Amino acid sequence: MKIRVKLFAQFRKNRFKEKEMEVSEDTSVSDILKLLEIDEKEAGIIFVNGRHFENKPVLENGDQVSIFPVVGGG
Amino acid sequence: MNDKIYRADLSKMKAWIEDIPENWKSLGGRGLTSAVVASEVEPLCHPLGKNNKIVFAPGLLSGTTAANTGRLSAGAKSPLTKGIKESNSGGTSAQLFARAGIKALIIEGLPENKDEFYGIRIKKDSIEIEKTNLWGKGNFETIEALSKGNEKRGVISIGVAGEMKMAAANISVKDPQGKIRSLGRGGLGAVMGSKHIKYVVVEPSENDQVHIEDPEKFKEAARKFAKALMAHPVSGEGLPTYGTNILTNVLHEAGGLPTRNFSSGNFEGHDKISGETMHDLIEERGGKVRHGCHAGCVIQCSQVYNDKDGNYLTSGFEYETIWATGANCGISDLDSLAYADNLMDDIGIDTIETGAAVAVAMEAGVLEFGDSKGFVKIVEQDIKNGTPLGRIIGAGAEVTGKVFGVTRVPVVKGQALPAYDPRAVKGIGITYATSPMGADHTAGYSVTSNILSVGGFIDPLKKEGQIELSRNLQIATASLDTAGLCIFTAFAILDNPQAMEAIVDMLNAKSGSSITGDDVMSLGASVLKMEREFNKRAGFNEKDDRLPEFFSLEKCPPHNVIWDFTDEEIDSFWNF
Repeated sequence: MKIRVKLFAQFRKNRFKEKEMEVSEDTSVSDILKLLEIDEKEAGIIFVNGRHFENKPVLENGDQVSIFPVVGGG
Repeated sequence: MNDKIYRADLSKMKAWIEDIPENWKSLGGRGLTSAVVASEVEPLCHPLGKNNKIVFAPGLLSGTTAANTGRLSAGAKSPLTKGIKESNSGGTSAQLFARAGIKALIIEGLPENKDEFYGIRIKKDSIEIEKTNLWGKGNFETIEALSKGNEKRGVISIGVAGEMKMAAANISVKDPQGKIRSLGRGGLGAVMGSKHIKYVVVEPSENDQVHIEDPEKFKEAARKFAKALMAHPVSGEGLPTYGTNILTNVLHEAGGLPTRNFSSGNFEGHDKISGETMHDLIEERGGKVRHGCHAGCVIQCSQVYNDKDGNYLTSGFEYETIWATGANCGISDLDSLAYADNLMDDIGIDTIETGAAVAVAMEAGVLEFGDSKGFVKIVEQDIKNGTPLGRIIGAGAEVTGKVFGVTRVPVVKGQALPAYDPRAVKGIGITYATSPMGADHTAGYSVTSNILSVGGFIDPLKKEGQIELSRNLQIATASLDTAGLCIFTAFAILDNPQAMEAIVDMLNAKSGSSITGDDVMSLGASVLKMEREFNKRAGFNEKDDRLPEFFSLEKCPPHNVIWDFTDEEIDSFWNF
């Protein structure tokens, strides 16, 4: 299946900003992090289709995953 | 321990120094400004009349060697909300106040002579009202003129917006680079302007220092506190590298970035105004990625932003400003936003209120969404020169909506909502609704748990847990604002108990007290209740703790959510 991955802040370094990826069925958000060599602890915010991934840990065809490091502001 | 209250009465044209009443001794910052306003200001007074007062107070820990304690609070009855107001900022004045033993400066009365304008000059054991010819000048020229001969002088000033008593006028505080930090919200600049006060100057003295009861204990606690700030990924790395504007992309991805006057939670131009793009532009153009608003800041979330030729354009270019004037107005030209930001600093007007008011005017068709030149023209020509349109925008979003017959007007208690859509970030909606300050994200920053997953996670689209979250944060924030701590210390405090322990230890070491963490929290709770009580006496009731109707009627894309709290649920916020 195809998913779109968007990376932010320092995660873009030596990786990419946005990419369509071909992955096998039942791929989880954790699998994507492993594939991208991003430590789960360093990924502060992960959205799947604009919702926190806690709501949807396993992906479906056409999903969009956005990954941020631990950030804040205000 | 010989701190005093410094007072200037413009009606009598006299200024003097007095002892601190016993019940104010343990207060500072917001706790003190709100206590003074609550006890000395007639709640039904006109905010621009002789019975309003403006109070400046450094936090309890300001002026010490502890990290991120250099916040100055200002308080008054707000011309924008007509309720109690506290606004705080960095800059150099809080530390100079505290070191000179100035617990608070209270400015009251109105001058009889309508053609004369004044400044107030303070230093240890001295306060004077002086005439000035700086009226009519911009903030930058004012600060430069007053800093001549001693760059370390503290300056607090208003620009022409404050002189014209615009309800969105702010107060500027000189920062370590001679640039500006702002006491931004609630129109406090208009209160200063109504009293014909252009500036407050603080003369530093090398010998001045804050008295610490137990220096060794303080040093140890301060070290522990700084360590906790540096160890947290947000204050130690995220904020220093990308600044507050990292949130543009975060909120866009979360579907909570208010766009074109709160008509959507997504902005297609997000990438162009994002923190990532800004970071790259700053590096490319020789600006500064890291920059502190006050000496002793270890977070350095601010920055210096240059134009494409490498010339200084602005500094302190924050997420809220970039959102208000960018996404909320449909504008994606970052250079143009930076130019407008610097102008607004010079004119002395709140960037959040101005952006929100212009977006309402855009909704009315006064100008098009996305018209960056039109935005700059409104600031540079209309607001600066006080044209009728400039006066309308300068009066804030609510007045602008009324004048142009707009129904989508995002305000609570007359103050414009900041950069998080309350339908898609429900916890911050509770803060907007209930804060005695009007819609204010800094009053209880529920975005932490709702979006950033700091201090636990509470689903932003669901109602569960939001009231308790906002309550806990508003109480804690009132305590931090009283201590003079930067709000960004909260990230470490939420995730690391050692940070809070260190704060309690510092407070005790400074004054020789033996308070506990619970005492610090009950102080925050009492400040909040005191502020609410003032608002009640000013005519507010629970009906003022509501979001505008359109949030319950119009779905916010992409999640297509509405604001769905009942009145009873919102009112339960105050059950503490």
